[in-house]
Amino acid sequence: MNWFHPYELSRRAHVAGLISVGAIGVLLVAFFRVQVLASSDYRLRSEENRLRPVTIPAPRGLIVDRNGVVLAENVPGYSVALIASSPESLVAALRQLAPVMPLTDAEVARFASNFRRLPNQPVVLQRDAPFDLVSALEERRVVTPGLVIQAEPKRRYPVGEIAAHAVGYVAEITEAELAADTIRGSRPGALVGREGLERVYDRRLRGRDGIRYVEVDALGRTVRTSDVAATLVPKPGDTLYTTLDVRLQEFVARNFPPDTRGALVAMDPRTGEILALYSAPSYDPNAFIGGYEREHWAELAGASTFPLMNRATQARYPPASPWKLVMAAVAAQRGLVELDTRMPIPCRGGLQYGNRYFRCWKSDGHGDVTLTQAIQHSCDVYFYQLGLQLGVRNLLADAVRLGFREPTGVDLPSEVQPQFPASTEYYNQRYGPRGWSSGVALNLAIGQGENAQTLLKMVTFYAGLANAQGRVPVPHLVARAVGEWRSLGLDDEQLAGFRQALLAVVQGGTAAAARVANLHIAGKTGTAQNPHGADHGWFIAFAPVEDPSIVVGAVLEFAEHGTVVAPLVNRVIAYHLQGPNALPALAGSYHLVLPEDSAPEAVPILPDTAVMLPIRDDSEGLR
Amino acid sequence: MTQKGFDKRLLGTVAVLTAIGLSTLYSAGKTDVPTGLDDIWQRQLLWLGLGAVLGAGAYRISPRLLEWSAPPLYGLTLALLAITLVFGTGAGTAAGTKSWLAVAGVRIGQPAEIAKLATILMLARHLEARRRPAQTMRELLAPCAIVGAPFVLVGLQPDLGSAIVFLGILFGVLFWAGVSPRLLLMLASPLISLLLAFSTLSWGAWIVILTILLITWRPYVLEGALVWLGNVAMGVIALDLWQRLAPYQQNRLLSFLNPEADPQAAGWNIIQSKVAIGSGGLLGKGFTMGTQKRLAFLPALHTDFAFPVLAEEWGFVGVTAVLALFGAFLLGLVRVARQATDPFSSVMVAGIAALMLTHLVENVGMTVGLMPITGIPLPFFSYGGSFLVTCCLAVAVSLRVAWESRNAGYVGR
Repeated sequence: MNWFHPYELSRRAHVAGLISVGAIGVLLVAFFRVQVLASSDYRLRSEENRLRPVTIPAPRGLIVDRNGVVLAENVPGYSVALIASSPESLVAALRQLAPVMPLTDAEVARFASNFRRLPNQPVVLQRDAPFDLVSALEERRVVTPGLVIQAEPKRRYPVGEIAAHAVGYVAEITEAELAADTIRGSRPGALVGREGLERVYDRRLRGRDGIRYVEVDALGRTVRTSDVAATLVPKPGDTLYTTLDVRLQEFVARNFPPDTRGALVAMDPRTGEILALYSAPSYDPNAFIGGYEREHWAELAGASTFPLMNRATQARYPPASPWKLVMAAVAAQRGLVELDTRMPIPCRGGLQYGNRYFRCWKSDGHGDVTLTQAIQHSCDVYFYQLGLQLGVRNLLADAVRLGFREPTGVDLPSEVQPQFPASTEYYNQRYGPRGWSSGVALNLAIGQGENAQTLLKMVTFYAGLANAQGRVPVPHLVARAVGEWRSLGLDDEQLAGFRQALLAVVQGGTAAAARVANLHIAGKTGTAQNPHGADHGWFIAFAPVEDPSIVVGAVLEFAEHGTVVAPLVNRVIAYHLQGPNALPALAGSYHLVLPEDSAPEAVPILPDTAVMLPIRDDSEGLR
Repeated sequence: MTQKGFDKRLLGTVAVLTAIGLSTLYSAGKTDVPTGLDDIWQRQLLWLGLGAVLGAGAYRISPRLLEWSAPPLYGLTLALLAITLVFGTGAGTAAGTKSWLAVAGVRIGQPAEIAKLATILMLARHLEARRRPAQTMRELLAPCAIVGAPFVLVGLQPDLGSAIVFLGILFGVLFWAGVSPRLLLMLASPLISLLLAFSTLSWGAWIVILTILLITWRPYVLEGALVWLGNVAMGVIALDLWQRLAPYQQNRLLSFLNPEADPQAAGWNIIQSKVAIGSGGLLGKGFTMGTQKRLAFLPALHTDFAFPVLAEEWGFVGVTAVLALFGAFLLGLVRVARQATDPFSSVMVAGIAALMLTHLVENVGMTVGLMPITGIPLPFFSYGGSFLVTCCLAVAVSLRVAWESRNAGYVGR
């Protein structure tokens, strides 16, 4: 057999042709499957390949006061970021940028480690870059193709420190929050409300981010930015209309004694609207913007004065003498006393109970006084006896019913719960069933003992005394559906009597020097004894007494200048009711007699719900 | 030489393919990101000019002279391959290999490409003397040795893709020289065994089938035993061979089996290639408009992955047209081989056809995921001087063979 025989050759040529055509046929089938049958899948993948969604940050909603004055707004800002393919190329690009953007070695190392953590994302070099830096970098875009300069609205708080605790602040979302995905619509670099209203109403303020697409190459570098795909327009956040009155707030901040810790709350007793809420020392919320929030936060959180704490809602103080009105109210509600009721034992400067002697703050004694007079002069002996008449069980039950174990429900974050025994069971567990006597009622009756309330809680109680219905409002900064107001259970006559008694405090009682001409202010002073230094001063007042439209409460820690508490509060009331020109009557020097409402014995406040109590050691322990 | 008898059809097919290839390279240079390929088509044009000049020269060389010069050419290319193995350098995506021959730092070519042609000549010269087809394995030893030498030298570079081309040439030429399919299967059986050894089950089944076949076909006992033992040995050393492969070769084979296992690295090439091809759809995205190409998602788009550029921009229609042209080209070569005046020319052209078919299937099959990724060029499309010149020479000698047969009155003009 000869393989070169034409017959053999043509036979094999036939087979060879078939093999060639068959091989090409197989290839064609494969291409048919990829290009025709699966074409849409691959087309989608090619789009995913080249189109990268870039978030257009939604402008955060404004926060305005009751008159439309802006408390939080957005101003244009620019963030500078760098896309790189490796840490080495990132460092090289940073070196290239050094003439316009000098960086320390530590910063370069930090950026490199950021890059290693999230290699697919641009490394943010600077949020809120100044305009001259942005323009200088813009010129270098050609030589540094990975440079991303994006307009990013940044937050600004025009009134700064003045309303810091009410408005709060925003900061960039953390990686932990991103990983946990607890915040809806979160993305790297998103601003999240951290404190105050910014935090509580974060969702409403945030809006919905938009998306635009950029075309990128295989290394992730931007090639084209416009007209590559449809853009989703961002939806700006809602404007938050608050009940704050920024002029009043400003007045409070300006008149708050300097270098003093404390808080002041002004509220409309008819609605529960908070008109002003100030906590001192304050902080500048603008300092959290621009990438240094963590350092700034650490600095503030480490400060011995705890400026981040909102002392109106997050600090508990022994309620002291203002608490006497709570006692009077529950006793009157139970029908135990009328406003002209006298106690069996007149005040001789103290009261012997069992084997202990409970002193009145006025060692000379107040004599035989009615309830009105006892309130006016803050007579401890009268309230010792009132507490005994009520009994520990009733006293605790009524106070708990009035909500003195619950937060006020204000729309501010991290409000602490007041500390107050739920029932006598507390004492049984603490001291044993026979380890305590009804003597604790004496302490409780004058606002000492196992009792620590927030300023806001006490102010809402006085708002209840002040408003026509005698109901304790739910305080709020933004109008919203709130729960039912608690009734004090007092009739109109009793309410009017208490208001007159409180008026007498200011007109001729413990706060007489803080009187404001032409204005009937009703209020109650208080001093919480502080073993570590000067006392904490309280003053809570409302006006005008005929039809109260404002209630203001203030507490000053270690009130070395304790005499300023009542004048401060009254000036705030006067400012609110009579306008900025009504102040001369108050301009003189004041001498305020603050009662030394002493606790008879040291009773520690027990950590019932000890949440966020950084000043516990200094200000809440009682002698 | 007379103009009569010039195979215009074959040259026309090649000319059209070359033109499409050049336009694809032109498009490959049109990217949105700097790739440095803007003038690649012009450089290819220069190489084409060189190839045309050399081809015109080769066209004038009688097959008799080729026959005579086959052993020295073969020896020369083997020597070049050996030198390359010692002094060679790598380039581009295969920087770690030694496939380039450089003089004073200037890379002048890849000897493996020209060695393919020389090996074909040497095989043709060996087989023309034996009109009776090989009947035994023993008779196949010589052709195997002729192919084995360059195969080993190229495989050591290591350039697996080119080495496989030598196997394609060997089997194509042996088939053309009348070796029975049984014998070819027995020859190929150790390779099949090697491939199947990655699964014990499939390998075991193969050994059973082979045993039955050997018993049925009844070759010489010694040869049958050797083939059987060779298969078993391959199965045994398969794992060892696998571990000797360079990691990138292992990854290529693994990503061939499952590209999505490591889409960012090993599977990147094949995934991006398939995305380019698939997103082209039926009609394509239009000349120079391929987005996968423009944004540099396609790797090595001027060499190994030139075909996906065409597929993305011209769609399935363009792919079909080009593959049809390749089919016409291959059938033309087969026709020339059948009509050749002498056995040497016939085997030579058949070898060239096998060379082209292997390149086509390996390259195009790779881009669509049918074949593992081996860096092997597509004739008339991929940029590369050595290979283009080799192709031109191959076409030229084929045209000469066609001319001979027509002027000898073998076929009508």
